[in-house]
Amino acid sequence: MSDFLQFRALSKGYPGVQALADVSFGVARGAVHGLMGENGAGKSTLIRLLSGDQRADAGDILIDGSVQTYASVRDAFEAGVIVIHQELQLVPELTVAENLWLGRFPARAGVLDRKRLLSEVGARLRDVGIDVNPSAKVASLSIGERQMVEIAKAVMLDARVIALDEPTSSLSSKESEILFSLIARLKARGTVILYVSHRLDEVFRLCDSLTVLRDGKLAAHHPDLSRITRDQVISEMVGREITNIWGYRARLHGEVRLKVENLSGDRLPRPIDFEVRAGEILGFFGLIGAGRSEMTRLLFGADSRRTGRVVIDGRAVAPDSPPASIRAGLVLCPEDRKHDGIIQSRSVEENIAISARRLFSPFGLVQPRKEAELADRFIGQLRIRTPSRQQDIVHLSGGNQQKVILGRWLAEAGVRVLVIDEPTRGIDVGAKSEIYALLYDLAAAGMAIVVISSELPEVMGITDRIQVMCGGQITRQFERAAYDEREILSAAFPDTRQSLP
Amino acid sequence: MQSLKKILLGEQGLVVIFALAFVLVSITVPNFLTERNMLGLLQSVVTIGIVSCTMMFCLASRDFDLSVGSTVAFSGMVAVMASNSTGSILLGLLAAITCGAIVGVINGVVIARFRINALITTLATMQIVRGFALISSDGRAVGINDPAFYDLALTRILGVPAPVWVMGLFFVLFGFVLNRTVFGKNTLAIGGNPEAARLAGVNVVTMRIWIFALQGLVCGVAGILLASRITSGQPNAATGLELSVISACVLGGVSLAGGRAAMTGVIVGVLIMGIAENVMNLLNIQAFYQYVVRGMILLLAVLLDNLRVSAATMSRR
Ligand SMILES: Nc1ncnc2c1ncn2[C@@H]1O[C@H](COP(=O)(O)OP(=O)(O)OP(=O)(O)O)[C@@H](O)[C@H]1O
Ligand SMILES: [Mg+2]
Repeated sequence: MSDFLQFRALSKGYPGVQALADVSFGVARGAVHGLMGENGAGKSTLIRLLSGDQRADAGDILIDGSVQTYASVRDAFEAGVIVIHQELQLVPELTVAENLWLGRFPARAGVLDRKRLLSEVGARLRDVGIDVNPSAKVASLSIGERQMVEIAKAVMLDARVIALDEPTSSLSSKESEILFSLIARLKARGTVILYVSHRLDEVFRLCDSLTVLRDGKLAAHHPDLSRITRDQVISEMVGREITNIWGYRARLHGEVRLKVENLSGDRLPRPIDFEVRAGEILGFFGLIGAGRSEMTRLLFGADSRRTGRVVIDGRAVAPDSPPASIRAGLVLCPEDRKHDGIIQSRSVEENIAISARRLFSPFGLVQPRKEAELADRFIGQLRIRTPSRQQDIVHLSGGNQQKVILGRWLAEAGVRVLVIDEPTRGIDVGAKSEIYALLYDLAAAGMAIVVISSELPEVMGITDRIQVMCGGQITRQFERAAYDEREILSAAFPDTRQSLP
Repeated sequence: MQSLKKILLGEQGLVVIFALAFVLVSITVPNFLTERNMLGLLQSVVTIGIVSCTMMFCLASRDFDLSVGSTVAFSGMVAVMASNSTGSILLGLLAAITCGAIVGVINGVVIARFRINALITTLATMQIVRGFALISSDGRAVGINDPAFYDLALTRILGVPAPVWVMGLFFVLFGFVLNRTVFGKNTLAIGGNPEAARLAGVNVVTMRIWIFALQGLVCGVAGILLASRITSGQPNAATGLELSVISACVLGGVSLAGGRAAMTGVIVGVLIMGIAENVMNLLNIQAFYQYVVRGMILLLAVLLDNLRVSAATMSRR
């Protein structure tokens, strides 16, 4: 056994959940090792143990043959282990440079060495190919840029082992490419990289070896990824065959359900128009920053609009009011689950029932039995992994939190227009195909559905029509019969002459 | 050690601490466990207890209210002066409750609609309202003319003074509102994540105004009962009440970070505050020391809250 990084019989339990049970595997020096598994399979748990944030109940982590006994994130740093978590860990009120130096500020006699603080970071960022201003506040960066800053931090520390937990889930394709070339460079240096992702394409492209976890146990270990197929990995993860993830079903489209006229706001200055018919699934594709999420927020009334009208079934919806939109049958499942989605310190049940309960709570009195039924229904339907519906939502794995938020909006009766921003971010393959099937059912029942996604295969796989956005405008529209990957991509790029990846 | 920690920081931790403290005090402090002292104790926590009910909502929704002490004093003042001048106790009570509610609505509108920090806003209203109480009475206590007003505090039902009943009623009522109504659930959701609650269709601004309005209204009730017990309107009554009330709530497990609250916890928190004061009185401890003890209880409460939160989220950040 000459593996540089080794996990030996690792176990970790939480109240009511055995998150990891007796997991052993090793990763060779200079390898990129994939870690896959369904939501709640224990991937992030393994990473948290590696990061020193938590201690294993049993088992060891070995680096270069020696057992690691570190007890804190700092100790892990010292040992050369850097972890980039699923939920980002930067301090929003500090600048990029300050974040990168956090914990070891350069100082002379206790006085901050500002010049060095900025100059070194600038050099490093350029080195790595990341285009952000070192003196910008992190709060002002996009999610993608923040992610790049985290990665820059890992690179700066010259880590021996870097673990990335779903790093691309919020990156644009361009940013992902930068990340991939970064990984290649680190790999050439001999760094071990542990790569968690739900995206098979990426894993097959980047990784040399792969481990699949299922229910906290080791389901499969492949030292050589070139000898297996994707379908094999899927069935190892999910425990059954999935031949077609999208499972697209054509439907008849009815009358126009949603009509958006002249919609604009502070962050979407140029007005936008579009329509969706009953039974139709309309996709919005674009790069990060193309204005798609801004558009959905204006549509739903989460941000206030400057101009425009939103009409559902011939009736205008009152502007700038989420409650009014919901009452009119327009709901939005937002993009940023941590900031806009989950309600911390409340249970899974309450997170599901928060909006729909007004429909079955006479005189404002809650009906615990009905709420429990509702929660159980969606825990079953979306296969949310949780020890009980009373579990605090922050204890769920990232993908399972996403499912709860989705459940919140699917629980709404009387929805006419469902807008979902990045519906399957961080969700595993098996659950994805079930969510798509659910969307087809809802559309077939007459709902108009708008899907925003940065994953082109997903948009192409499940929608009837695509509108491409770029620079806050709709640049082109494609009917399903005319879907063409290259053309859609070129419509999404600000400058079409710029060649595509 | 591990399991002890678990018990103390868990759901029932406070009840355990309370039970232990109660037994200990009953054994060691003479005259503590007598009917007379028990009723006295309950009566002494009426103001804190009543105001804690709505402070719980305020904290649970991530807000804060420092103006409660002044509002209690002011509305007590209003109750006495209005019933003296109109000759009708009922009108006096109505005026007091209305004034309390108005203070609350003003707090709510400034904080929720104009998005001013709750700490600053209520720090300001705390002083303004105290000023009103002093101005309206010229800084002196105002005696009650109609003895029927005293009876509010003196009436006993089944041997228990009426204000204690009112407090019990409020405990039941607000416990129900918190757990069994959409209003309560939405309060907790706002505390958990205001932006997510807003996007889930909760009318956050209106909710917050309502919570402050209720807070003011309840302060009005507390002010009336207090005035009746001390047989006058005192412009300096209930100073420092806000601290006792917040201490009681935080002791009772209401999270300062919002999203977590339980009525039973708050009741126990209120009783702990009451017992501490009562015991110090029974042991003839000088009033000056009582400040120190109250402060220490508050520190302990916040510390406990902190430990509880980090125990709950230890693993997930
Ligand atoms: N602090 C905690 N308290 C209780 N249970 C927890 C806690 N953290 C994780 N779990 C549980 O442990 C299990 C594994 O979670 P983990 O986060 O490792 O999943 P994951 O494989 O990363 O999933 P995802 O793909 O959704 O990110 C889940 O069932 C989760 O609910
Ligand atoms: Mg995870």
